[in-house]
Amino acid sequence: MAEATAIQTRSHAHTEPWGAKPKRMFAPSTIMVYGVLIVAALYYLLPLYVMVMTSLKGMPEIRLGNIFAPPVEVTFEPWVKAWSQACTGLYCEGIRTGFWNSVKITFPSVIASILIASVNGYALSNWKFRGSEVFFTILLFGAFIPYQVMLYPLVIITRELGIFGTLTGVVVIHTIFGMPILTLLFRNYFASLPPELFKAARVDGAGFWRIFFQIMLPMSLPIFVVAIILQVTGIWNDFLFGVIFAGTPNFPMTVQLNNIVNSVQGVKEYNVNMAATILTGAVPLLIYFLSGRYFVRGIAAGAVKG
Amino acid sequence: MKMDTNVGTSVSIRDLSLSFGSVNVLRKLDLEIRDGEFLVLLGPSGCGKSTLLNCIAGLLDVSEGQIIIKGRNVTWEEPKDRGIGMVFQSYALYPQMTVEKNLSFGLRVAGVPKEEIKKRIARAAEILQIEPLLQRKPSALSGGQRQRVAIGRALVRDVDVFLFDEPLSNLDAKLRSELRVEIKRLHQKLGNTMIYVTHDQIEALTLADRIAVMKGGVVQQLDDPMTIYNKPRNRFVAGFIGSPSMNFISGTLAEKAGKPVFRADDLEVALHGYEADEALAPGREVVLGLRPEHIRIGGEGSDGHEAIVDLDEPMGADSLVWLKVAGKPLSVRVESGKRYRPGEKVKVHFNAPMASVFDAKSEERV
Repeated sequence: MAEATAIQTRSHAHTEPWGAKPKRMFAPSTIMVYGVLIVAALYYLLPLYVMVMTSLKGMPEIRLGNIFAPPVEVTFEPWVKAWSQACTGLYCEGIRTGFWNSVKITFPSVIASILIASVNGYALSNWKFRGSEVFFTILLFGAFIPYQVMLYPLVIITRELGIFGTLTGVVVIHTIFGMPILTLLFRNYFASLPPELFKAARVDGAGFWRIFFQIMLPMSLPIFVVAIILQVTGIWNDFLFGVIFAGTPNFPMTVQLNNIVNSVQGVKEYNVNMAATILTGAVPLLIYFLSGRYFVRGIAAGAVKG
Repeated sequence: MKMDTNVGTSVSIRDLSLSFGSVNVLRKLDLEIRDGEFLVLLGPSGCGKSTLLNCIAGLLDVSEGQIIIKGRNVTWEEPKDRGIGMVFQSYALYPQMTVEKNLSFGLRVAGVPKEEIKKRIARAAEILQIEPLLQRKPSALSGGQRQRVAIGRALVRDVDVFLFDEPLSNLDAKLRSELRVEIKRLHQKLGNTMIYVTHDQIEALTLADRIAVMKGGVVQQLDDPMTIYNKPRNRFVAGFIGSPSMNFISGTLAEKAGKPVFRADDLEVALHGYEADEALAPGREVVLGLRPEHIRIGGEGSDGHEAIVDLDEPMGADSLVWLKVAGKPLSVRVESGKRYRPGEKVKVHFNAPMASVFDAKSEERV
């Protein structure tokens, strides 16, 4: 009893360190960390700020040269013009055609590449066959060859196949070029799942496809989100393959944006250019905001273990 | 060990070898497992016991040899066609399916009629007492419950042979001993052939009808638990089985008054009564193995060997006393309640008939 009282008295007198260690609000390390983070955030946000501000101003206001000043008179005219009237070469239909072209290219490319790559990765990690490691190494090697080396041969191949300058052509190209990195991604993810699960399913009598669809796929949402983000961003932002393989009527948004921004006739309409650029970049940005949480989770789950 | 290979044999493994590249994991392995037998494959990690189980299950292709289950050569068959059910260490439950769906997965794959599936799940759930859990997902179960479901998944398959791959290793000590009893009870109830892999000797000794002690891809000894414990065939088996482990003393054999004795420096142990009296030729270099419970501490003044207490380890039911006899360390099991102080002088007696003598070179039992 006496001992218990003694302990209680000691707990009231805080002369010695007792309990949770107090945290200082403005410790030097805290100030450093937040300082660096804020500066870095500003550095990356400033260009976006300038773009949004400029796109909301009229041309007379832009000519004043105060690029950081918010618009005195907010106008959405440049956005409308960028979307539906801006001239790309001879056509003045804005970048909306480019937007729909990009959608038409991105959708099938993302779906096809992810479907094939996920089956590839599953087979390479769970159904090892003689030479599967060599096969995987060769596939991976593809990720390190500069695209430019392969362009001319690919132009000839697609021409011979009769798909040069078509939507199909550019979709096929994107699917092929997505293979190495996506296969790596899926293979590593499936390799990180407990191998007993696969064995149990085999003892239960499930075959290649049933294990894939009923056991593996339901466990792989995070890595699919990662793959979707990677592919949508990559394909949407692609310029090179679009300009070469898609053909003029199918130019993706990036190509049309370039044509608008770099057109040499007339005045440079900075506000329209800015609006067009933001419109083009909006899709990957949106995808990332909507699924960033899964992205981080998926990267952590799949990419670490090899 | 010749046995009738046709009648009463459930699983028979003939000349089985498996190598990954230049590494031989299993070497020319022969094993006959009787109908309804509980066989435990025991060994340190990397001895090939899990590999052997995976070969029996058909999850690994063998390099050489045959596997015959229920008189059918299944060496090239798919796992599902072998008439086996398997339980894994990590449970391997399908995380996105409920317990019921986990249990029925294999049956649904095989196209078993719905009524039949229902009946079998009800039976398995009753045996394993997991009825209240059927609608839960594996993530909502405790470790013990998960392993029970995993056993149930093998149960509903209605197979002849159950394969267990260290099923209790992921559980804590208390649950492990509980489930161990349940597995034994399950075996008594079902009477199936069970092949059970573990590195835990207590599991092996308590569960097995016969234990196959493995090392380096080779079965060192295949016998019932008591024989393995009391008459280990070589020094590896002797050292691996038993906790606290066996005492080993190197020395030579000699003869004294017409009876064999063991000599190591100043220590002399009479081996009269040892099983193979006549094999104990004088002059042979040997290792004497004595289990801690086969050494007795007598009171001061009695005859026996002089010993000095080094350390006393109380373990509850009994205690382990470390002694120095003629400069050699020995551990002795004594009843709890008796305490010995370091430095205390005692007399020890050896139970020669229970001793094991191994050849110093070959390490085989003499």
